[in-house]
Amino acid sequence: MDALDVSRWQFGITTVYHFIFVPLTIGLAPLIAVMQTIWHVTGRSEWYRLTRFFGKLFLINFAIGVATGIVQEFQFGMNWSEYSRFVGDVFGAPLAMEGLAAFFFESTFIGLWIFGWTRLPRIVHLACIWIVAIAVNMSAFFIISANSFMQHPVGATFNPDTGRAELHSILELFTNNTAIWAFLHAVAGAFLTAGTFVAAVCAWWMVRSRRAVADNGGAAVEKVPAPAGMYRPAAVLGCWVALVSAVALIFTGDIQGKLMFHQQPMKMASAESLCHTETDPMFSVLTVGTHNNCDSIVRVIEVPWVLPLLAEGRISGVTLEGVEDLQAQAEENFGPGNYRPNLFVTYWAFRAMIGLLLVPVLFALTALWLTRGGRIPDQRWFSRFALLTIPTPFLANSAGWIFTEMGRQPWVVVPNPDGDQLIRLTVQDGVSNHSVGMVWISLTTLTLTYAVLAVIWFYLLRRYVAVGPQEHDSEPAPPEPPADDDVAPLSFAY
Amino acid sequence: MGLQELWFILVAVLFLGFFVLEGFDFGVGMLMAPLGKMAGRSGGPEADDNHRRAVLNTIGPVWDGNEVWLITAGGAMFAAFPGWYATVFSGLFLPLLVILFSMILRVVAIEWRGKIDDPKWRHWADIGIALGSWIPAILWGTAFAILVRGLPVAENQQVVGLTFSDVVNPYTLLGGLATCGVFLLHGVAFLALKTMGEVRDNALRIGRWLLAPVVVVAGLFGLWTQTLYGKPGSWVAFGIAVLALLGAVALLRAGTRDGWAFTLTTVVVVGVVAMLFIDLYPNLLPSTLNPDWNLTIYNASSNPYTLKVMTWAAAIFAPLVIGYQAWTYWVFRKRISAERIPASIGLPGRTS
Repeated sequence: MDALDVSRWQFGITTVYHFIFVPLTIGLAPLIAVMQTIWHVTGRSEWYRLTRFFGKLFLINFAIGVATGIVQEFQFGMNWSEYSRFVGDVFGAPLAMEGLAAFFFESTFIGLWIFGWTRLPRIVHLACIWIVAIAVNMSAFFIISANSFMQHPVGATFNPDTGRAELHSILELFTNNTAIWAFLHAVAGAFLTAGTFVAAVCAWWMVRSRRAVADNGGAAVEKVPAPAGMYRPAAVLGCWVALVSAVALIFTGDIQGKLMFHQQPMKMASAESLCHTETDPMFSVLTVGTHNNCDSIVRVIEVPWVLPLLAEGRISGVTLEGVEDLQAQAEENFGPGNYRPNLFVTYWAFRAMIGLLLVPVLFALTALWLTRGGRIPDQRWFSRFALLTIPTPFLANSAGWIFTEMGRQPWVVVPNPDGDQLIRLTVQDGVSNHSVGMVWISLTTLTLTYAVLAVIWFYLLRRYVAVGPQEHDSEPAPPEPPADDDVAPLSFAY
Repeated sequence: MGLQELWFILVAVLFLGFFVLEGFDFGVGMLMAPLGKMAGRSGGPEADDNHRRAVLNTIGPVWDGNEVWLITAGGAMFAAFPGWYATVFSGLFLPLLVILFSMILRVVAIEWRGKIDDPKWRHWADIGIALGSWIPAILWGTAFAILVRGLPVAENQQVVGLTFSDVVNPYTLLGGLATCGVFLLHGVAFLALKTMGEVRDNALRIGRWLLAPVVVVAGLFGLWTQTLYGKPGSWVAFGIAVLALLGAVALLRAGTRDGWAFTLTTVVVVGVVAMLFIDLYPNLLPSTLNPDWNLTIYNASSNPYTLKVMTWAAAIFAPLVIGYQAWTYWVFRKRISAERIPASIGLPGRTS
């Protein structure tokens, strides 16, 4: 591997890793805000307990998202300095605004929320978590509009004197159709992740609580901190969030697909491993082969109509360009080179992203059925199903990003077919001029650190989920902060 | 004043915010273990941990927001001076990797420390907090000393043939010791202001031991910098920093007027950062190969449109940020004492 390959592995590993935690943060913050709002309005203490319970899980996750986020901002300059030089004029602005308009809000107000339970009036404290919830979603918008410039550069012109892309309209950058739909798609994915997480954790606790109490002849059990009924409304809330998100994912994904067939035809052709231009090709569900040479694939299951529908919203009469034809066109336009992404990865990542969506949907429907009319389920298979469902949206998020980022290879900035053709850059031209050994050091350091942290993150989440809502969280904080001259104990978090 | 000058000042202000605020966070992080040990010697392991927790909780609600000053400073470098961002970040690859590594450790160690109520768990978290505070406190000073001193920048704005002594040499090492010392003192002043009882007494005691070495190290670094790169404006900044440092020394020795002592250590940090940025100006990174190849605010900046957009964003959001961060400090203005630390609410160590 050369320095480019190692840098790409590093960026891939650190980004996928960072984006394990981020969707849970983005989706869970609003859900916790909703829980706290329900407590605030109804005064029912079980919602307070749920807020505190999921709040702790949120904070365990938030920490690692912040820690891995710092690396993201720095490694553009460290490993992709030529890319940073080429697009910094455009790409830096949304990053800086992300800090100013999102990170400052979320990190300051999360501090107020964690430590402010007894220091702030209840309504102000509630506002804090809402500000966090809005800010984490804002940060997604800024970073995705930056990313969308790499997928579909708009709002900038190539300046031959400086040899770089220069911004001429921030409005065009922020209203990039790719950015808007990718943002909504990513946020829907985040809500799916968090909705599933809340629903599944509550479902598992419902079954566990009910069975434990039943086994004990109906008497209270020490290891069951709360009655099974407490989890039911939160489980239902999580299920609905997951289902609505799933619909939003399909809708936004469909629009993104149509944009990509036009903006990045190579990406969509590679999603299908479609080698040669065809009219009304079949959508392939399963293939056998390595895809290294796309003619060697055996297509096992194929479905008609789907692809034309995805590409242009019609079921026939659509001609889709194949990888080999697009490769020939690219060579003609941009000079000799290999413009094909890794077909095996794009083909399977695309299918994993879509296929994994089915699991949380099936789970949410099952859970809604089992909890219908106030029922509290006690089926053991259901609680196992709940636990097995939790990772699937996380994997689907990763698959989606792997697809969209690997699908733009070899470009780091894909030329916009309707825009300034000179705004384009390959990964080869974007990487820093480092020795391969140095990049290996950073790849190894970060990967090992991240591996250790992932183990601790999982251990903490597992422990806190398994212990359940704690006793000391059952009594709500006083409605107003104590007066200044009182010697008021702070609620310490550390 | 043009937009490039304005953005040079704004980037300096962002780093200023970072060093003033994270400066005491690093100081508190560095002092946590020694303060725990001091209390533990007479009071046993329980006092040790209570003191550590009291110390850590002084920065609890604010350290995360303070760190965003760095993220935003990095973003502002990228947006306003992409050439600078690209050259420095790729040129100082390994030092930045070490800083990143230590800051990752610090975030998770602080957040996860209280999650499990077990001495061994806390021990590991404390190692993370210590590394995550000492390493950046030293390396940020080294990094800025390197920036002022310059790097072998070629005509194409690339760092070429970087040697070990470009990064590690007596001047940059002294820079690291100077920031480390100033942050330690800044942390002492912050703890004196935010705690009471034994924690505060112990913090002031450590502070008194530190006074002389910090004055010597920071003074030498300032003099060395000024002798080589000084200009009238930066001499003023250096003079203010020296006066403030002497004032802080007097107040910390007496252990009175905590608010003023903290204000003065803040002025020291402001003075040092201002001195370094004034010495740089109008360069962003001098070339040690040829002065014509210096990265300057003119040849490494973004186009005027981007700078204008960013100016609007800063004008809208920066006052807001300063406002609500100041409010946060007001909300948590009460002093903390180790005697009144509530029991840990972490889960027990072993899975049972």
